[in-house]
Amino acid sequence: MSIGSVPVKFKVTIDNDRCMLCERCIENCSYGVFRREGQKIVPDSRKCTACHRCVAMCPRDAIDLEEKPNDYRSHPLWTREAREAIYNQAKSGKIILSGMGNALDYPIIFDRLVLDACQVTNPSIDPLREPMELRTYIGKKPERINIKKNNSGDYDLNTEIAPNLKLETPVMIGHMSYGAISLNAQKALAKAVSSVGTFMGTGEGGLHKDLYPYQSNMIVQVASGRFGVDINYLERGAAIEIKIGQGAKPGIGGHLPGEKVAEDVSKTRMIPLHSDAISPAPHHDIYSIEDLVQLVRSLKEATEWKKPVFVKIAAVHNVAAIAAGIARSSADAVVIDGFKGGTGAAPRVFRDHVGMPVEVAIATVDKILREQGIRNEVSVIASGGIRDSADVTKAVALGADAVYIGTAALIAMGCRVCGSCYRGLCPWGIATQRPELVSRLNPDEAAVNVANLINGWTLELAELMGAAGINSIESLRGNRDRLRGYMLDEGILDVLDVKMIGA
Amino acid sequence: MAEELVIDADGIHYTPLNKMIRGAAASGVKKVILKNVCGQRFIANGLKCDGIEIEIQGVPGGDLSMFMNGPEITVYGNADHAPGNTMDGGRLIIHGSTGDAVAHSMRGGEVYVRDDVGYRAGIHMKAYMEKKPVLVVGGQSRSFLGEYMAGGILVVLGLDKDCPVDGRGVGSGIHGGAIYLRNVSPEDVDAGIGAKVIVADEEDMEVIKPYILNFCRYFDADPEELMNSPFVKIIPSSARPFANKYCWE
Ligand code: SF4
Ligand code: SF4
Repeated sequence: MSIGSVPVKFKVTIDNDRCMLCERCIENCSYGVFRREGQKIVPDSRKCTACHRCVAMCPRDAIDLEEKPNDYRSHPLWTREAREAIYNQAKSGKIILSGMGNALDYPIIFDRLVLDACQVTNPSIDPLREPMELRTYIGKKPERINIKKNNSGDYDLNTEIAPNLKLETPVMIGHMSYGAISLNAQKALAKAVSSVGTFMGTGEGGLHKDLYPYQSNMIVQVASGRFGVDINYLERGAAIEIKIGQGAKPGIGGHLPGEKVAEDVSKTRMIPLHSDAISPAPHHDIYSIEDLVQLVRSLKEATEWKKPVFVKIAAVHNVAAIAAGIARSSADAVVIDGFKGGTGAAPRVFRDHVGMPVEVAIATVDKILREQGIRNEVSVIASGGIRDSADVTKAVALGADAVYIGTAALIAMGCRVCGSCYRGLCPWGIATQRPELVSRLNPDEAAVNVANLINGWTLELAELMGAAGINSIESLRGNRDRLRGYMLDEGILDVLDVKMIGA
Repeated sequence: MAEELVIDADGIHYTPLNKMIRGAAASGVKKVILKNVCGQRFIANGLKCDGIEIEIQGVPGGDLSMFMNGPEITVYGNADHAPGNTMDGGRLIIHGSTGDAVAHSMRGGEVYVRDDVGYRAGIHMKAYMEKKPVLVVGGQSRSFLGEYMAGGILVVLGLDKDCPVDGRGVGSGIHGGAIYLRNVSPEDVDAGIGAKVIVADEEDMEVIKPYILNFCRYFDADPEELMNSPFVKIIPSSARPFANKYCWE
């Protein structure tokens, strides 16, 4: 009791003149903020996570929600967050879990890179009238191709092309497992990617049978716990991804607590009901790059060399050297997840302090692969905090072939980034397995929202490319001349290999 | 197609070799004999079909029978790294020793190793519905046996050894299944975090009996002697070994 309670984070107030006592706020709040007392709705602000479900559902706009209404004496070093983390750990002695992305105020490099546009000479391209080539192939590209004239005067391709994924837009949806998110959320994402001609990841939760109709647009994941992994699962996926690391928690594994392993989740992961799904950081059959090669090839051999295999790593300090090793491992793509990546649950200290921005990781990986003459051996997929089509364009200009989005896709389905996913009570039916909450998400409607988002970004990407006088994504990839650094220091510009603004 | 197919694996790369095995299985061959196997990895990787026997003469390379479902493989020789990795069903009988991570994440089927296994045997072994994986080792295991084990049965007999496990961290993070060690007292087992060592009782012996009998049949050991030996059993000390590590933001 020596510490006592901390001030509430959010303050919820009801305008009683507007409220019509419909009680929708009570029904909708899974955190139990609202109760009715006589002719009044009474909120308990302490329970609020600012998920905004009540605000969105109130028919009378009667709910007000404010952040930090009651603050401590201000101090630039001992912020509210710093102090409250200490109170929390002084009471519990435990690791603090948090959700969603990095919550520290690091400068965002994407926002300090500006794109180019053509003016009088070398005019811009009008995407309305001109074909814009956004189709992207993920996988190995041959170093050179051999063609030969045949008897009928035509040319035959004599080079064997490795299996590639064909994307209609360089935007894919990253791996969020069934267990971490609901089946309705996965269905919505699956419908969306099928309709726009791109791909999504299953996460390491297996593939639920309801998603079989979308399997040709799904990338199945193999992580250290091998949950849901068997030969049928591998054969169903369009590609296979080995997860080594994740941007929100580099060097840390996953752990789905037993209480979330409900019947259907247990079936999909192929583990007993309510057993913990522990997936530590290391794959226990990988202790060297040679061992990684063995797993990559084993997955290829099991699926008769018909599927591309990706390797996902977190963006860490020596990411370029690691990626070069992956490029030589027979893998077809390297996924780099930056430290602004979201997650359902990560230790706060990892989420906020480990890893590095994906912008730097893409640039250094692309550069080392080119220097070593192996850029064609792997595609580079960037993820971790991609917020809009400008981020996509900049990521490609820095050297990515495509991006994965995660949080952005969830936001398109209603997520308010309240960061409480690990509690399993997501009021939007996304990061929860409770049937009454899951049913709030209509997979058909949500699929349209996600598809709209990707289509909107794709249109913007075409416009941005057209403005820069580029009509093919191939010509944008790694084209750092279309970027300039604004308020970035020389050191970072050097690492990014991007010129200063005005230069 | 003949009932039996003999393949001389000398100098054949694993991909064509596996193609031949798959082709044989598809055309109804009942037994494939692989002669002169020398380090080829991934043999029978992802092979799914019941009722086919594969005999391996020589030393197969890593990830033997990974993702396999159905076949029975007998190896006359040692096996490298991770035989039975993420195996789903079937049987693997190894007349020799194996490297590390044997039966990693195995979900179903049975693996019998006559001699010794390396580090991390049975790591992440898990069970699901009717699938209960079994690993029986005749000799000795090194450290980190049955780590993160989530289901199934792991038996180490320690034949001709002072102790069935030469190393530490037995069952760290175990949250399902059971590890049985012969001829060792509970205080001599260096159990990992979350593991509890108890003396096996009659009921336990009934559980492992069929697998001990199999082992004796495959490798010509004496069932009476084995069944009359003392065993310890290593089980999770709690179903939620890491439940208490976290608090919320
Ligand atoms: S949802 Fe709005 S109108 Fe309905 S009871 Fe709550 S505050 Fe009042
Ligand atoms: S998914 Fe749900 S719980 Fe997680 S941040 Fe979004 S709204 Fe909150």
